[in-house]
Amino acid sequence: MKPAVFDYVRAESADEVLEILAKEGADARIIAGGQSFMAMLNMRLARPKVLVDIMRVGSFDRIEEASGQIVIGAGVRQAKLLGWDELAAKLPLVALALPWTGHVQTRSRGTICGSIAHADPSAELPLSLIALGGTVHLRSLKKRRGVPAAEYITGMMSTARADDEMIEAVSFPVTSERGHGFREIARRHGDFAIVACAAIVSDKGIRLAVGGVADKPEVRDWPRLADSALDDALNVFAYELDARDDVHATGRYRRELVRRVGRAVIEEAVQCLG
Amino acid sequence: MPRLNSDQRHHVNFVLNGKPIAGDAEPRMLLTDFLRHEIGATGTHVGCEHGVCGACTISVDGMLTRACLTLAVQIEGCDVRTVEGLAPTSDRLSVLQAAFRRNYALQCGFCTAGILMSLDAFLRSNPNPTENQIRDLLSGHLCRCTGYTPIILAAIEAAAELTPVRSDECSRHV
Repeated sequence: MKPAVFDYVRAESADEVLEILAKEGADARIIAGGQSFMAMLNMRLARPKVLVDIMRVGSFDRIEEASGQIVIGAGVRQAKLLGWDELAAKLPLVALALPWTGHVQTRSRGTICGSIAHADPSAELPLSLIALGGTVHLRSLKKRRGVPAAEYITGMMSTARADDEMIEAVSFPVTSERGHGFREIARRHGDFAIVACAAIVSDKGIRLAVGGVADKPEVRDWPRLADSALDDALNVFAYELDARDDVHATGRYRRELVRRVGRAVIEEAVQCLG
Repeated sequence: MPRLNSDQRHHVNFVLNGKPIAGDAEPRMLLTDFLRHEIGATGTHVGCEHGVCGACTISVDGMLTRACLTLAVQIEGCDVRTVEGLAPTSDRLSVLQAAFRRNYALQCGFCTAGILMSLDAFLRSNPNPTENQIRDLLSGHLCRCTGYTPIILAAIEAAAELTPVRSDECSRHV
């Protein structure tokens, strides 16, 4: 439970980070809040040759609104976004989901972009970003590119990031005019979700995103279904997620949670739509 | 910023409970081990070493921090507070600590240092907490002795006692 050896660089600028990534490739890893990656290091699931600490790069610590998107830089801690005055007005789904992310004691350090970089299938932030159709902004020395969140996460803790790229920021589209719901079931509040559900409802339809079941968050769009038609759609979705048994829950239990929690968050979203 | 080599020990300067202090650490050294073995501040306990149990929770620059998920070299220049800094003098307990003692909010004491640090920080910013808020905060800690109820009672009692006092005096004595 102690990390293997690595060199440590406390980066002072974005260029410095990108230069190390360009030179060292997969041997270099970025550390931001460290709430997921330090555990990986302690368990030696990750053994980088050089660790690049980005938390003292001031330019990464920014929350900005630009053309209907809320852009959140790589250095923004979860507690900072949760305390942002405009969160509930601009990103109501994130305002609902973020209190489920870890604990007070981990949100104080962990970053938004770090959680998305880690791409845990049960994590709330990748789920929210995919549900909202957000974008991951990657940057290397050579270029910048934006990748839709659903394409960024390619599977369990695997992503479309190239070895010389870093997540510079993520952007969430502003969706205040819709109804939102978020709930999850875990053994203890703040633990990894057994099933997490996010719903976005507008006049046109229902979107349900489910985390914790498949190897990445999955999304379905339906028209404004209700009653047994909604039950049927949820049941089909629950089976399509291909839930497996593990120490925390059986596949059957997970399917039942998708049906019940899925319905509950959709109803919650419909209610807040008014 | 120069690269800190993996095979060397590096000087780390920081402030511990209000006093400037320094020690040496290799890059891979965890802050828990640094505090306990290099600095000799053994009040911070080490449980799971992957951020789950909360025993090593301390404050770094005012942020609640799992010391086991932090490297010693990351606290260069930071203001670190640990359980050793809670009591106003060596023979008196803080309001929160005294409430823990009165309510039997600890038994083996392994988790206590982390819980005290969380509650101390929390009560500073939330002088009138609800029981649910305290329960939510405690979800970040594991205690296998108390069943949590005495801890919640102690926190509520300490909050009530501290309410007429300015919130920044949370750690002062009874």
